[in-house]
Amino acid sequence: SSHEHKLNFRKSKEACLSYIQDALLQKQWKRAAEFLTCYVESLEKDYSREHVGPSEMIWRIGTEILWHHSQSSIKDFSCFMEQMKTLGVKRYLKVCLEHVFHLLCNGQIDEAYQNLSLAESWRFGEQTAIQDKEMKLIEAYRGLLDYYSWSKQKDILLEHGEDGFSDLAVEQEMHSYFRKAAVNLKEIIKIPGVWDVFVKCYVDLLEFYGDHNEARQVLNEYAYNSKFPANPNAHVYLYQFLKRQGESKKSLLSALKILHDIVPSHELMIDFNTMLQKSKKRKKRRLGLEVIFAVLDYAGWKENAKAWNCLARQVKKIVTSEKHLDWIKQEWNSRKDWWPAFHFSRYLAKRNWQENESVSYEKALVAGILLGKGCKYFKYVSHQGCKAQLKRFRMLKKFVNRHSAVYLRISG
Amino acid sequence: RDFNERCAQCSEVNWGLTDGGRFYCRSCHNVTERTREVVNTDFITNSRVQTISKGARKQENNDGVCEWYICEGFQLVLKKQAEALEALGVCPQMKDEILCNFWRCYLQKSKQAYCKRPAGETVKALSACESSTDVDSDPERPSVLHLLSLSESEGDLQTDCSFASSVSKVSESTSVYSGSVDGSLYLMKNQKEQLRMTMPMTLSFCYMALLWLREPITLSELLRFVVEGHIPYLNVFQHFPEKMKLCGLDLRIFCVESWPVYEEVFNKMHELAAFLGLPRFPDITDSCFLHPDVLCMKYLMEANLPDELHNWTCRVVKKIGIGEVDFLTLMPGNKSTRKVKYDVLAAAVIVVVLKLLFLLDDRYEWLLSEFAEERNKNNTEGGPYFEFKKWYEVVKQSLDVEQKKLDEERAKYLWRCEKPLFYSVKNKSKVLKRRQMVVNLQNQFGKLSGSVQRAEKPNPSSFQLRWSEENTDGSCFHGHSLKGVLQEKCGLLTAMNPDYWLCTVKLCNEKLCGHLAHYREVEFPQSYHFVLGLFSFLLRIQPSYIHDEVCMVEHKLFNKKLYKKLKYNTVLRK
Repeated sequence: SSHEHKLNFRKSKEACLSYIQDALLQKQWKRAAEFLTCYVESLEKDYSREHVGPSEMIWRIGTEILWHHSQSSIKDFSCFMEQMKTLGVKRYLKVCLEHVFHLLCNGQIDEAYQNLSLAESWRFGEQTAIQDKEMKLIEAYRGLLDYYSWSKQKDILLEHGEDGFSDLAVEQEMHSYFRKAAVNLKEIIKIPGVWDVFVKCYVDLLEFYGDHNEARQVLNEYAYNSKFPANPNAHVYLYQFLKRQGESKKSLLSALKILHDIVPSHELMIDFNTMLQKSKKRKKRRLGLEVIFAVLDYAGWKENAKAWNCLARQVKKIVTSEKHLDWIKQEWNSRKDWWPAFHFSRYLAKRNWQENESVSYEKALVAGILLGKGCKYFKYVSHQGCKAQLKRFRMLKKFVNRHSAVYLRISG
Repeated sequence: RDFNERCAQCSEVNWGLTDGGRFYCRSCHNVTERTREVVNTDFITNSRVQTISKGARKQENNDGVCEWYICEGFQLVLKKQAEALEALGVCPQMKDEILCNFWRCYLQKSKQAYCKRPAGETVKALSACESSTDVDSDPERPSVLHLLSLSESEGDLQTDCSFASSVSKVSESTSVYSGSVDGSLYLMKNQKEQLRMTMPMTLSFCYMALLWLREPITLSELLRFVVEGHIPYLNVFQHFPEKMKLCGLDLRIFCVESWPVYEEVFNKMHELAAFLGLPRFPDITDSCFLHPDVLCMKYLMEANLPDELHNWTCRVVKKIGIGEVDFLTLMPGNKSTRKVKYDVLAAAVIVVVLKLLFLLDDRYEWLLSEFAEERNKNNTEGGPYFEFKKWYEVVKQSLDVEQKKLDEERAKYLWRCEKPLFYSVKNKSKVLKRRQMVVNLQNQFGKLSGSVQRAEKPNPSSFQLRWSEENTDGSCFHGHSLKGVLQEKCGLLTAMNPDYWLCTVKLCNEKLCGHLAHYREVEFPQSYHFVLGLFSFLLRIQPSYIHDEVCMVEHKLFNKKLYKKLKYNTVLRK
């Protein structure tokens, strides 16, 4: 490449930035600091037309370096952040917020709280209105820390309660934290967004004080309001709440249905299938089969005994009753081309048998039914199992032999 | 009347006295600083140049701020540069006589001093028209507002609006937007008429003086010294005395934020020489440093090439007549002669010689090298044969290292200095605060830079690459023999290589497109590109400039053959 022998301020600083970038990517903090030292004089020049100006660059790069550099202390870090706060008024609250995050990561809850309180009281003309979103976040995080304090007080109270003491001061403090936290948390979750941690904490508070209606409403809003971004966790939280409240199976199932639609591989699908299998309604049982097959489409579940157990149980039931074989046929249709290689290869047979006997047992049943007793997986595992004189494998072999024609019907 | 020195311009001794008691040369009207009473060889720094002929003293305000004119600022700059050059070994004559007189001549010719109506007197008249709102009255002159809007604003909070409002109250003093008296006037001057002084032009002045004295320093070296910080250029204003306040439009004049460009300084120098009406420069003979024979020797050494190649460069130089005094010596104002870039020319000659001997078509030079390697195995007496391959490996390695260093230096280059710059007094506190923050951050992150200390400015050196014959690893090729690539024919040593390829069959019209040829790396052999790259690094100029010069040399060399075979072959037999 031809090397330019001309140079001006801007090109020089661009080059400097690319060296910094390389150093950061390679975690060479000393080298990054060396080049940043040369870059900082950009602050003395106007870049108002650029999208990202030097002050923002320096803030972000400096934060990274100071956070990771071995010789940099948290004090240096905080000192730097204070300087950055004065650099750009349009960014003030953002910088405060990030500073708080770093303090929290470092375990300095009190300093973080102080910074949040300070930031909350900041006012700067029209900037205050422009930075409204950041302000809400700051209030929310302070609310979160209030929740944390509340939680600590609650633990103390419960401890004392056990010992028979009742501590009025602690109780009052606890309530005061509750009020402070609730106000801010409630505010932030009104705004569409992903607020998992805030929602959880708020719901925890509401449940403790017995306001289940409000809690349910919050969770419903969070899960079903279309303005909010699709968030599987919202449904998980709702489900868990409903479960705690002892709600009917119907509402539990409807909460989980949506989760199945969004994240078919979610761990709660096991619970879902278990409930569906037991249902008296045909539709539900059908759904259960669909759910469990979908779960096992994902590599993460390949070695999961519970999942295979669910599928095996349901398949067994269906085959034994000789009703609804078409369900299995429908599910197997889209899978028969790739599941054999994915789950039922000879290699996997050997491995499963060696590493996880339960998994191999369940899988063998499924394989034997879906692929017939001649399939390599079933043959190998059942042979090994019988050789080892394990009773259930003998039973398995008998079962599959008895229903050996099934695979023809479902693969037809 | 006992002043017997020779006039620096015309070498006559024919002095008269001006009204102000200063000596002037009756033959060429060159005015000196010397007065009857005091034979003063120092540059007077704060003198108000307009009134030199009247001999008036400086006016100072009560608060220690003085009025100063732009050309005084430039005078200071030139003084500093000349002092630096003196420290590098240039003879003191350069500063005290040559540069000094060139500058005075310039002032005179551009009507800034030494003339009946200095330009400064029109400042007042300008104030009146500035306050008028009719901007279109003089479309030739850019309005002050326009000038201000071109100047950079400082940071988030200040906008250009604040400047616009200050323009209206211009009538009292121009110090609102420039520290100098005539800052705004200066920028509005039409460039072409009077050859307005700029920072790069200071280097043109220096180079012109150096050329006049035939000092052993090329333009590329001069510019390299500037970039390395040995010659004041960037932030030179920090040497201005406290009383000379620099702000507003002065910044656009004196603040530099780019490295000087060879072409620009070179061209300006020639313009300047013509503008000043200088006579023919002192002859560049074959004993001068700038003569191609001498420069070729230097560059051959630096490029780690065998000394024997020097015979060949001399042959080429002689054959195409570029060693002639008349070709090399500058004749200002003569538009027919091509202006000589001594350094680039010497480099081009070496490249042509390499092409003559090694062809550099990415095949032949390696074959020759293998051949030489074979012969070297059996070679027990005398010096080793030069092997292109070995040379390439050694030089490439060093070049890559140096280039990498240079690239890092470019990225680490510091442009600002302690002395703060502000556009108006309003900005001052903000600028100072920013500066303070920059210094704090530099300290904070400087400490985290580890053991890497900011290297001290290296001592200025004429040679960037050094090769020592004492090294036993065979990495120095100066003493190697070219026998491997030469053969004897009729008692003469000629190159074994019978071919040559021209960089371009037809030269472009330089006046139309600015270049003799257009260099694109992909169109030429890698070896050629490498060699261009080597000299590009040494001279700190783009390879295309060397390529241009190579084309020129080739066309002179193969002039006759080209004339005959213009359309058909690009490969010629010698």
